[in-house]
Amino acid sequence: MLHSHSEKLTAEMYLKARQIRLDVLDMVYRRQAGHPGGSFSCAEILACLYFHQLKLDPANPQWENRDRFILSKGHAAAALYSALAQRGFFPTSDLEGWGHLDAHLQGHPDRIKTPGVDMSSGFLGHGISIGVGLTLAQRLGQERFHTYVLVSEGDMQSGVAWEGALAAAKFRTTEMTVMMDYNNVQLDGAGHDILSLEPLVDKWQAFGFHVIEINGHNVMQILDALDTALEIHNKPVVILAHTTKGKGVSFMENTSAWHGGVPNAEQYKAARLELEQAGGVL
Amino acid sequence: MSIYKMTLPVAPQRQAYGQALAEYGETHPSVVVLDADVSSSTLTSYFAKRHPARFFNMGVTESSMVDVSVGLALGGKIPFVNTFAALLTLRACEQIRTCVAYANANVKLVGGFAGISDYKDGPTHFAVNDMAVMRSLPNMVVVSPADNSEAAGMVAALAEYPGPVYMRVSRASVPDVFPAGYVPQIGKGVVLLPGSDVSLVGTGAMLGRCQLAAELLSKENISVRLIAMSTIKPIDSELLCQAALETGAIVTAEDHSIIGGLAGAVAECLAFNMPVPVEPIGLRDSFARTGPDTESLMDACGLSVEDIMAAVKRVLLRKK
Repeated sequence: MLHSHSEKLTAEMYLKARQIRLDVLDMVYRRQAGHPGGSFSCAEILACLYFHQLKLDPANPQWENRDRFILSKGHAAAALYSALAQRGFFPTSDLEGWGHLDAHLQGHPDRIKTPGVDMSSGFLGHGISIGVGLTLAQRLGQERFHTYVLVSEGDMQSGVAWEGALAAAKFRTTEMTVMMDYNNVQLDGAGHDILSLEPLVDKWQAFGFHVIEINGHNVMQILDALDTALEIHNKPVVILAHTTKGKGVSFMENTSAWHGGVPNAEQYKAARLELEQAGGVL
Repeated sequence: MSIYKMTLPVAPQRQAYGQALAEYGETHPSVVVLDADVSSSTLTSYFAKRHPARFFNMGVTESSMVDVSVGLALGGKIPFVNTFAALLTLRACEQIRTCVAYANANVKLVGGFAGISDYKDGPTHFAVNDMAVMRSLPNMVVVSPADNSEAAGMVAALAEYPGPVYMRVSRASVPDVFPAGYVPQIGKGVVLLPGSDVSLVGTGAMLGRCQLAAELLSKENISVRLIAMSTIKPIDSELLCQAALETGAIVTAEDHSIIGGLAGAVAECLAFNMPVPVEPIGLRDSFARTGPDTESLMDACGLSVEDIMAAVKRVLLRKK
């Protein structure tokens, strides 16, 4: 069942996504380290989560009833940091300190150091199982929250992620929504060359999931899918978001070199120009 | 083979742990228990029966089980995660490192079938380096209770400690060392016998053997200070340094590799602070082998009472 969201809302989400990409570009360029490709591919997803979907209180990051978000693909840390800063968990000026010796922003997310980070991540594969645990905890307690987990295809190549999927099906974790940023490019090359996950919809379904396939750069589709996921009460849900690695900067798109590549001055200028001129659906 | 037979309680250590966990769960609703299809071996089955809503059987998914427990901890619960010690600490090691230790999640890891206590199943099922692996992780506390009373008492100690803990539990019956109802304190060694010639520092299932060795040595006019070192990390360096200063020689005893466990912890502590000769009793870089029962297998693997006594005599010769 589809819901309609206002043009005002979708326009706002696109602006936030663009700001996430601009921040990521600046952060990666400044630090000459980071993961632009997989940060750009999930910019719209993070925008819709942090500026619309998640029930949060930036003034009280540990609020017990907050929705939980696990960035299982922790290498998109810069995108998460941008979203958290824009949402008010810490000053946007902190983004400049990413990776500095005294900074709270670590190379990958650290739940102890950074306000708003619900779980530390970095190595792939953990998110779904942790989400299952949060869901079970929520059922036993007084708190009421929904858990969102963002995974990549790298996550889903690891066995432990599918162990988590088995557990999600066993416990019918309808209070958790898994989102998959399926950009199909990983560190060493194209996902289907390195280790294909296809037929992926069949796999998710065989593991007991309800699958919602969307274009992960289309904000209306993301918002609708997030709503629909909350109405599925008989099985866990995965939103399979087809995305483009490096989305928004033409020379970074669909290339594994930009998984962990860093731009030089010329590339930075060109990327910045392209992102600033973009608007709406990329 | 040793001529000395231990006097063993009827109940194995895992039973004392399993029953204590179920009992503790009665009054502590935030405690939840996970097991990887071995609850009838680890004896978390007692908890499962009494608190079914707070027991999660995860099947043979040790890695995922640890991550699920992390989620439970993030949600305010106190998860006790159970399976065989070797599986828990090795198969799920990255999960433990990243999501428990680094993220400082309030997870209690309990490795059953510690040491070579699962004599009949052989080296695949033994845990001879679990303490070494867990001890190397920042934020991780490592405990190895000496007997049933301490294993039972550790349940509350673990639950009340704010942070990650790894505890190993023997499958076997182990000699009683502490009185019933003993309340252990994480991080503190306990002097069981005062002595002045040498200090014998034992952990886990070795404590009963150490006790007997100390008694026999006293008949040979060797005064042994017997120390139960049930917390391997953080090691009680104050007690160790005092023992080194006052007795001048140390023997360690563990049903674990001498690499990285109790011997490693004691040797590091003393080398850094109060160097004295140390002789280790433990497995010597060996996987051990299958045996007819735990006691005779321990004897055959260099963990006998005679082995302990010989180590004491060796270290006394090295003492200046």
